[in-house]
Amino acid sequence: MSTGNAYEALNDAAGDARWAYGTGFADPLAGVDTRLPDGVDGADLGAYCLMLGDDALVMSHRLQEWVTRAPELEEEVALANVALDLLGQARLLLARAGQADGSGRGEDDLAFHREPHEFRGVLLAEAENGDFAHTMARLLVFSTWRLALLDRLRASRDPVLAAVAGKGVNEVAYHRDYAAGWVVRLGDGTALSRERMAAGLAAVWPLTGELFAAHEVETRLVAAGVAVDPAGLREEFGAVLRQVLAAATLDAPPLPVPGAAAGRSGEHTGALRDLLAELQGVARGLPEATW
Amino acid sequence: MVTGLAQRVAEAVPDPELPMLTLADLGILRGVEEAGAGRVVVTITPTYSGCPAIGAIRADLSARLREAGYDEVEIRTALSPAWTSDWISETGRRKLSAAGIAPPGAAPVRRSGPVPLTLGPVRRRVSCPRCGSAETEEVSGFGATACKALWRCRACAEPFERVKEI
Repeated sequence: MSTGNAYEALNDAAGDARWAYGTGFADPLAGVDTRLPDGVDGADLGAYCLMLGDDALVMSHRLQEWVTRAPELEEEVALANVALDLLGQARLLLARAGQADGSGRGEDDLAFHREPHEFRGVLLAEAENGDFAHTMARLLVFSTWRLALLDRLRASRDPVLAAVAGKGVNEVAYHRDYAAGWVVRLGDGTALSRERMAAGLAAVWPLTGELFAAHEVETRLVAAGVAVDPAGLREEFGAVLRQVLAAATLDAPPLPVPGAAAGRSGEHTGALRDLLAELQGVARGLPEATW
Repeated sequence: MVTGLAQRVAEAVPDPELPMLTLADLGILRGVEEAGAGRVVVTITPTYSGCPAIGAIRADLSARLREAGYDEVEIRTALSPAWTSDWISETGRRKLSAAGIAPPGAAPVRRSGPVPLTLGPVRRRVSCPRCGSAETEEVSGFGATACKALWRCRACAEPFERVKEI
């Protein structure tokens, strides 16, 4: 058939199956072997997948908020691409969560029909965007931490988590490089850009302690060879941040002291409630709708 | 080599975002298994975690295989090993160039230890797919799809897309 462009390829009608496109999502784990590894508690694995999935889903939404508002078209495209990668990671992880915990809840159900206290993402992801420098500070911190985590998760005894991590590492590596590039440019830029960059970093820093605190589910799954111990990420995180901030001629704050695993326990700020009101509004307003 | 009908049909399905490439050119087809009595099992792998084309690819594969007489088409996803741009075939690379899209270079080789941080632009030898000049530069590491970056040629002044190494 002729496929002069992507739209022709999509619209070249070929039976009723064509109408499956755009009317709901196929299970992103269709055909993947989703049996649980021996000795792994399904409820714990489900909870852990929600933690990593919610981090990605909520961070993705914050980045999507920049679409139509970014300072340059190129940055808008960049932020949307990073958000899309994270959304893809979230879909896989939420799908795995609903399967592993035995609830059978799908990705949409978990994304759109949970209350704020049922979310397990870190507070760093839900905080409001602030200005562009603030957003880049948060993205640098988030990507540096997540990259170190996913890199270790490739060795997980859960083959689905290991596979999601294996793909995610390649993506989060360029998210981190992108954010680091802006932190250097703004930090080592004009007096104003430097001031904004330092303020963004100062705003984000108090939220980093939580990243290295282990929730009891994580502790149990570390022992089972499934999860990554967040405390073990602190040193690599510090080394990368020091490298970026030195290039940005900004002072590196002392390494964060591990705080309480608040978000992992469902203790969130009003920022998540507001974010979810927008993220979930359409799905809750029109519960029977497909798109 | 003699290949089965299902294999040939699946290989020839075009990618919805890079329609000059077939799924075989793109390297996302992991297996086509004829399971008898009009049943076929196709295994594909997504390029990027969030690639929105995967839904359309599943629908395309289903539709084409049904047209070819397979009543029962099952499409499985393989997440591991992760897709790499190295799996784009030589034919695929030629088709990309002919369509004005620079093909990717070799994917980065991962060594042990932490993933290295890259600060500042990476020097790459990228030829302009329109005029062939090596006087090219990256405008943005991101483009209209997850797999592409935006470049421009300083010789002919044309912008062009480039498939990223991953």
